[in-house]
Amino acid sequence: MTRPVTRISLKRLDAVGRAHREALSRFKGLLLVCTGTGCVSAGGFRIRDGLRELLRQRGLDNEWLVVQTGCNGFCAMGPLMVVQPEGIFYQKLDEKALARVVDEHLAGGRPVTSLMHRDLVTGDPQARMADIPFFAKQQLIALRNKGLIDPEDIESAIAAGGYRALHKALTSMKPAEVLAEVRRSGIRGRGGAGFPTGLKWQSCIDVVMRTGQPPVIVCNGDEGDPGAFMDRSIIETDPHSVLEGMLLGAYALGATEGFVYIRKEYPLAVERLGRAIEQCRERGLLGRRILGTDLSFDIRIHRGAGAFVCGESTALMASMEGRVGEPRAKYVHNVEAGYMGRPTVLNNVETWDNVPVIIDRGGAWFGGIGSGDVSRDPWGGSSGTKVFSLVGNIENTGLVEVPMGIKLREIIFDIGGGIPDGRQFKAVQTGGPSGGCIPASLLDLAVDFDSLTRAGSMMGSGGMIVMDDRTCMVDVAKYFIDFLKEESCGKCTPCREGLIAVSEILGSITRGEADEEMLVELEDLCGTMAVSSLCQLGATAPNPVLSTLRYFRDEYLAHIRDRKCPAGVCKPLIRFEITDKCTGCHACSINCPVNCIAGEKQAMHSIDQNECIKCGICREVCRFDAVRVG
Amino acid sequence: MDRRKADAVLRKWKHDPTCLIEILQDIQDEYRHLPQDVVRYVADSLCVPVERLYHIGTFFKAFSLEPRGRHVLEVCTGTACHVKGAPRVLDALSRELGVEQGGTTDDGEFTLEAVRCLGCCAIAPVVKVGHELHGGVRAARVKSLLKKVTDD
Repeated sequence: MTRPVTRISLKRLDAVGRAHREALSRFKGLLLVCTGTGCVSAGGFRIRDGLRELLRQRGLDNEWLVVQTGCNGFCAMGPLMVVQPEGIFYQKLDEKALARVVDEHLAGGRPVTSLMHRDLVTGDPQARMADIPFFAKQQLIALRNKGLIDPEDIESAIAAGGYRALHKALTSMKPAEVLAEVRRSGIRGRGGAGFPTGLKWQSCIDVVMRTGQPPVIVCNGDEGDPGAFMDRSIIETDPHSVLEGMLLGAYALGATEGFVYIRKEYPLAVERLGRAIEQCRERGLLGRRILGTDLSFDIRIHRGAGAFVCGESTALMASMEGRVGEPRAKYVHNVEAGYMGRPTVLNNVETWDNVPVIIDRGGAWFGGIGSGDVSRDPWGGSSGTKVFSLVGNIENTGLVEVPMGIKLREIIFDIGGGIPDGRQFKAVQTGGPSGGCIPASLLDLAVDFDSLTRAGSMMGSGGMIVMDDRTCMVDVAKYFIDFLKEESCGKCTPCREGLIAVSEILGSITRGEADEEMLVELEDLCGTMAVSSLCQLGATAPNPVLSTLRYFRDEYLAHIRDRKCPAGVCKPLIRFEITDKCTGCHACSINCPVNCIAGEKQAMHSIDQNECIKCGICREVCRFDAVRVG
Repeated sequence: MDRRKADAVLRKWKHDPTCLIEILQDIQDEYRHLPQDVVRYVADSLCVPVERLYHIGTFFKAFSLEPRGRHVLEVCTGTACHVKGAPRVLDALSRELGVEQGGTTDDGEFTLEAVRCLGCCAIAPVVKVGHELHGGVRAARVKSLLKKVTDD
């Protein structure tokens, strides 16, 4: 069905949403199938198409409508779907499961208990999304439309309240009032640094007033932090909210030109954002005379070509201009001379995504959520919510949104369901390569910009990687340093050379070749890098080392003094042994790539230590926990 | 050299030198690497020194100056994948294919690469083959992953 595309005016916006809602209400219910990247990799598109086909075969396609949505958030359970209006949550779907959902639930009226999520302790089925602790403790602002709308359909977005804030601004607010609401909200940048957005906008406006140069606005979707996928999910789920935020920014700042810088590694997000921009142009929400008003604004996508340093704003703008992404010293701020030397406001995807809600519900409402008091000073606290990617050694991996100030323990144990396989919690890493590792003793820490910084880590963009007792903290520190060593642009010496030297020291520790004096040297080097690097990549690079030294010094000392890796990770310091738990099932000997495990069937096996390459596959395949590493 | 593909890319970006990085990404997609003669041709067409193209081509991770294999295996080495065993997966693939990371098998079938976070951390460890993502990959199962790729 193709409808003629018409431009939407201020008056008609509401009617477009109403018409879409009415069209949906003619169905008995909606089947919301997750097609975020996580579910797609497990077959999300197959589930979507298979379900449509099944409904057609059973003649139920007039009663139930399949809606593809962006990331639902509970990626650990994909592929998944939610049946509306009841909100029944089905997980780990395959073709067989679909047939049961259609026949038993949709046709027969009996929800399929065996496909539901189960309580981690009692094993009881939890039918509705709201019953599942993973969802129940979250507060959704940035992810308000997650799992509810079709990200490829602008009408779906409008029906869910999309562009309502823009409508409000264009009909009843002056640009200065939009800015005032953003300032009142106290929102701080979600990309990591936590600079107050309202202040940034204000300084840009001051420059524009002084110089008369037209400003540019940029959305930073160069989500480079490993272990973080908030921006990707937001764009894949609800691209129109990001575009609406940028439109409100354009109105407040008087900009006519905007850019979204997004990683090439995110093809689905690039595609959905591109489609959303096209639809906005067709409908008169981008381009000249938006919604029939005097506002004119357009957005172009720039695909990042893979360089972590391009998340740094000056490097990002260099690469947008077609040059290599090397940062420059920031004595001249981007709001004065950014993209092409013009005043530029750059905010993160999640920040832009929050702006429509701030305008719709008011800055004071937003400021009331979170920790601290931002009513007089945005530095006084952390307002609103934050999206985190909760990943690593944790039961419920996925995307969560929680109010600022929530305790780490609540995120990891109540929402995340704790550590799987009966292992112990060891640390949680936040802030990407600029952040740090937080130990179990700080689990009651409030999660906001300032407490995380005080703990030696940082908020960063929202990666939260949980680590269990099988993770070696020296190895983790080395991992981040090696990451940054690769990604350093090489322009300034402290970062380029410092990272190489730090990596060498960490390497000698993990090989058991270091002495304690090297720890002093390590701390010295870190101190020099922190104060003398050109950009934040180098200045914050020591954090993973310093935070692990601060909280896990014993583990460093075990590598140095005892030549042991307590977590069993650093190859030169470990050996694999088979214990008497072995049942002689041959799983390890069959899978050993160098054939160094021998043993009769149903008798205890043994490893030839001279041949063993310590690949760890035997431990991975053993079902009896019989392979010990020490 | 087949110039038609390069010309199409240049037309798409209106021969705008500020779009150089986008242009080179499309060239990389079309030719599976940045062939020397094409790079020179693009530089001449845009009136940009060829050095600048190589500066970009060697700075960003998306570009390769060597031809890549028919199947590119990208092993994600983001933090979540790292703690969930990506190094073991990478080692296993390297052993299985007989190439180091960054290398291409002699028959030109496979290129093995360790890449930075692919942003699907919830299903770690992840290996991307072409456009397809494989989550929860285990080192012991890489043989069957390779077989599946070859069969498809």
